[in-house]
Formats: sequence, structure tokens, C-alpha cells
Amino acid sequence: MSPSGRTKSLSVPALARVEGEGGLYVKLKHGAVSEVRLQIYEPPRFFEAFLRGRRFSEAPDITARICGICPVAYQMSAAHAMEDALGVKVEGPLRELRRLLYCGEWIESHALHVYLLHAPDFLGYESGIHMARDHAELVQRGLRLKKIGNQLMTLVGGREIHPVSVCVGGFYRVPSREELRPLAESLRWARDAALDTVRWTAGFEFPDFESDYEFVALRHEREYPMNEGRLVSNKGLDIAISEYTEHFREEQVPHSNALHSVRKGHGCYLVGPLARYGLNFDRLTPLAQQAAREAGLQPVCRNPFQSIVVRSVEALYACEEALRIVESWDPPARPALELTPREGVGHGCTEAPRGILYHRYRLDSEGLIREATIIPPTSQNQKTIENDLWRFVPGRLELAQPELTLRCEQLVRNYDPCISCATHFLKLTLDSQ
Amino acid sequence: MAVPRRPKLAVFKFASCDGCQLSLLDCEDELLAVAGRVEIANFLEASRAVAKGPYDMTLVEGSITTAHDAERIREVRSVSRLLVTIGACATAGGIQALRNFGDVREFIATVYATPEYIDTLETSTPIAQHVKVDLELRGCPVSKAQLLEALGAVLHGRKPNLPTYSVCVECKRRGTPCLMVAGGTPCLGPVTQSGCGALCPAYTRGCYGCFGPAESPNTASLGRLWQQLGVSRPDLVRAFRTFNAHAPAFQAASQAHEP
Repeated sequence: MSPSGRTKSLSVPALARVEGEGGLYVKLKHGAVSEVRLQIYEPPRFFEAFLRGRRFSEAPDITARICGICPVAYQMSAAHAMEDALGVKVEGPLRELRRLLYCGEWIESHALHVYLLHAPDFLGYESGIHMARDHAELVQRGLRLKKIGNQLMTLVGGREIHPVSVCVGGFYRVPSREELRPLAESLRWARDAALDTVRWTAGFEFPDFESDYEFVALRHEREYPMNEGRLVSNKGLDIAISEYTEHFREEQVPHSNALHSVRKGHGCYLVGPLARYGLNFDRLTPLAQQAAREAGLQPVCRNPFQSIVVRSVEALYACEEALRIVESWDPPARPALELTPREGVGHGCTEAPRGILYHRYRLDSEGLIREATIIPPTSQNQKTIENDLWRFVPGRLELAQPELTLRCEQLVRNYDPCISCATHFLKLTLDSQ
Repeated sequence: MAVPRRPKLAVFKFASCDGCQLSLLDCEDELLAVAGRVEIANFLEASRAVAKGPYDMTLVEGSITTAHDAERIREVRSVSRLLVTIGACATAGGIQALRNFGDVREFIATVYATPEYIDTLETSTPIAQHVKVDLELRGCPVSKAQLLEALGAVLHGRKPNLPTYSVCVECKRRGTPCLMVAGGTPCLGPVTQSGCGALCPAYTRGCYGCFGPAESPNTASLGRLWQQLGVSRPDLVRAFRTFNAHAPAFQAASQAHEP
């Protein structure tokens, strides 16, 4: 606190229970917020640079290493972008298998965030492990749910972190009916556990806080979106994913060295569970819709603290969807399409657990990558997170500083930010002071 | 009788994808048991509670890519009794070590609009190039079984069982027919350290080297065999230059096949 007592700052040098390394800085002057910085000090790794000169077939494995929490999202966006560039489309059972793999990642990632990273904020614990001392059964339910997501990824992809079976055009190997069948029983348990999770999180106390977000998510003609669809928003956006760069840009802001994603002519926007849910409620299964309503959610939810309930609804949907695919699985004769390299540009955009992940590649005639652009969800949400902090703090200045700091930290965790992902593209660093 | 103090465990992250420390949280069946046997004193990905060092065992994920991190790893070493590096970034510099073969200034200009703000080193290097490391766990990501084996060994004061033989041994044990001999599929298994359980060949895919070089790998011989299978020299360079590109044996092999 300054000698005058008029200027103070809230600082969380290292945010806990987020993926990657970042900090938070909020400056208050004369009782008003004068500066907000979500700081990212995760060192850059330059994926877009070293992807140049690599073969198109290498992109799924290399880009998976951007994030150990959502490697499937990177593999899916990369594979779809390459297939777009090569003029092929994966359909039928291979498409279903990709969706099954993605369900595994959603279940795993959402269960991790809901139980181990986010719920401790609502129940007043330092971590899920501390929470387990008083709520062992709950944490064990969360761990078992998470494990079933991991089992799906392991069976389909070979392992849960950086799966090995995904390739451009399909898979290296597809599972037999006999291999997938035993998953059905686990998934029925998981579906019930996810339903219990929705009911449990619905009972938390949520701060009274809403924002008029522009939600951006994929929308598909039949399904709750994962791999495909058009990019839409609640404020008039409706474009093909190939038009992404015409509608979004990254801009520099004066208060930090970060470039933030904005929708041209509109400003910041939100991606992730709240956006997907708000734009696709009608694509959820009847059970997931009913669970959401019973949890007190409207078809659109604008309170970021309630994202824990929405994440639980999505986990429920993913369990049901995975069960549907497992029960109707009919393996294809070949695990992957034949591909011929050619010159071209391809776009891919899929729904990572944290929101849309956009990839664009330009290939030469030999199928070598000449240009790569990757825009992960957390870098798109960064400006919205900061905006929410600007609005959240002023009404809570009467709180003691440690309490207010904790609340701000919680606000950031609402977005399940994945800083490891974001950094490599965020085009943001701190001055090295 | 005095209750023995629980050993203090810390996890620190450098340049990486978070996947190797996530492996610890992915041990769903063992996590709470492990948390009962050790004091998790510093594990930011999982907990806000941070206890000061010294730590009995420190897991380090990620590679050194900034001057600040080169300094930070020395501090981490100074408060750690046993320092264990986990994964390809920490043990070999990771995928980001591809910068070591290029011009990092040009890389920065490609990715960042304002290159002058970027504070980064020319290279990505493994932890052991900066401080003394007591134990290395390979892999991109690490194997959960090896991670638990290492934790268990430390808790019981014994030497961990971490084989240094090649993936081929695991393939034989698993009963997977040799992809290269039977199907002519290029595979890095003969020169790659085991630990993954010979995963890729079981998915009818050639090994791509996540666990880095095995002990005394014959990369020259494997390179000749791959060329007989129709693999070009540039593709051989790329094959050795992925997640363990900076591991000496793979680095030498990639340079040897450069046109």
C-alpha cells in the first residue's frame, strides 16, 4: 500500500490450478481499478516457426505437444486443416471415432477442472487433494470420472497424453467392436456420475456477476459441436471457418505487451463451455437439457462462475455421446484415407474443452508446410478475462485484500485458462524486468 | 515412537506443455495414496498451498529457454535434496529445441509482431546442462508407471528400475510382430529407449522416438535400413529431429543425414 493509502495493488505472482504459468496484477487508485494485467510468463516455444518445412503428416503429433491437457484438440484441428488443404473429408465410422476420442478428452479435462481445480474455490480448499481429506467420496467420484475419459483416449488413441493413433486422414489403427464394448458399462456409470456432478455443482454459491458476452462457438446442423460446423455468435457472426482471419484479428493494447484476439468491429469475445452451451443448447441430449434446467440454468448462462455447472452438463453430454458411439460402433475396413500431397491452404477449427482452436496451414506441392497459424482458446479469451476483472473488482472493494485477491484468482479460474497453450501464440511477453 | 516426517514433494515447470506433471494427476487410482505418503509442498498446477523448501524430492518438467529460467533452476536445485527431471523437455530440451538447429531471431520474427519484447535464449537445453540431476525420466510424455516407480523407489530408499534397453525388447515381450521386418514400415524402435510399452507398433505405427535414444543406439545402421525402405534423407533428418532432437545421439544422427 502506498503511503497515502490511496493506491494499492492486488497481485497473484503465480496463479495456481491453471495449466501453465501466469500471474495476475490489478492496480487500484483512489478506489477505482486503474490497471488489470493477466500476465503470462510461460516462455515462448515458436511452434509456428519450426512447423515450416515439416511434412503435413507431422502436424498432429507436433502440435499436440503445445498442450498436454488438450492434445486431442490440437490433433483434431491439425488433421482437419490438412485434410482441407488436401481436398479430402473423413466421414462415416472414422468421423465417429474422432468424436469418441474427443469425448474422452472433454470428460477428462472437464472432470479435472471441475473436481480438482475449480470446486476447491467454492468449498474453500487449497486444492482437490486438500478437499479429499473432508470429501473423499466426492473426489474419488471425480477421479473415476476423469479416469474413464482417460480410458477412452487410451483405448482409441493409445495413451491419454499425446495419443499416438491419430493421423491425417483417420487413424493408424481402429479398435474392434470387442475392444470398445467393455467401455459401455464404464460410460453408463460415468453418465450417472456426471449427472450427480451437475446436481452437486448446482448447489454451490455463485457471486452475482454477469457479463454481456459475445459468445463464439461452432454450430453444427445436427450435433453439439466438436469437430465441425460454422462459426457463429450471439451477435451476428455466421461464417465458414475458412473465413476466420477475415473476421478476427489480434490487436496490441497499451497496458500490456500482449496482443489480444478481437472480432473485427465488435471487440472481445468469449469461447469455451459458456459460449458453446449458449449457442447450442438445442443440440444437447434431452437428458443433458433436463439436467441443466433442473440445475437452474437457463439455455443461456452469462455468469462465468456458473461455468462449473455448464462444464458438468457438457461432461454429461460427452458421456452420453460416447456411449452412443460405443454401442453402435462398426469398424471401417480401412483405418485411414489415402492422401496425395498437393499445394494448397487448409483451415481447421474444432472445439477444445476450453473453446475454439483454429489452425491454418499452407502446403507446397510436396506436402511440406510453408506457413502455419495456430490460435488457441485461451489467447482468444484473454481480453475477456481482463474485462471481467475490470468490472468485477469495483463492487467488492470493501473486501479485505487477501479475500479480494482470492476472488480475482477464482474469476480467472472460471475460464479454465490454459496458459501453456496460449503462450506460444499470445504474442505477449512481459518486459524482462 | 515419533511419527516419521512425510517427505516433501515439489513440482516445478519450465518450458513445456504441462503434460508430464499432468501424468501425476492422471494416476487417478494412486493420487490420493501418494498424497497421503508425501507432503505436496509445491505443485502449482494442482494446489494454491505452497510450502517453502528445502524439498526432499523435486520433479522438474520443461527445458531451459530463458536467462531467467537458467537462474531459477539453480534456485530450485539449491532447495532440493533429490532432483528428478520428468519428460523429453527436461531431459533433452523437448520439441522447442528445434530452435537449436535454426536461427532463433528469425523464429521470433515469424511468430511475434514485436520481436524486441521477446526475452529468450538461442537454445532450448535440458536441465542436466545447467544443474546436477539425480534421476531422469524420459518420454514425451513420461510413463505413469515409471513415474510411480521412481516415487516409490525414493520413498523406500531403493534404486528405481528404469531399463535403458530399446523399444524392440518391449515389442517382443508384447508379442507385436516387427513392423519393419514384416511390413517394411520405418520404425525408430531399435534406437529408442523403452518405457512406453512399445505403444506405436501395437497401433501398427512405427515408433517415433518419444523416449529418446536407447543405450548405444546404432543410428547409422538404422538410417541405412530406412533408406533401403525408401525413406529420403530429409525425412530421416526430420525423424531424428522431433521431441528429443537435442539428445546427443539423435542430434548426431540427424546431422549425419543432412544433405
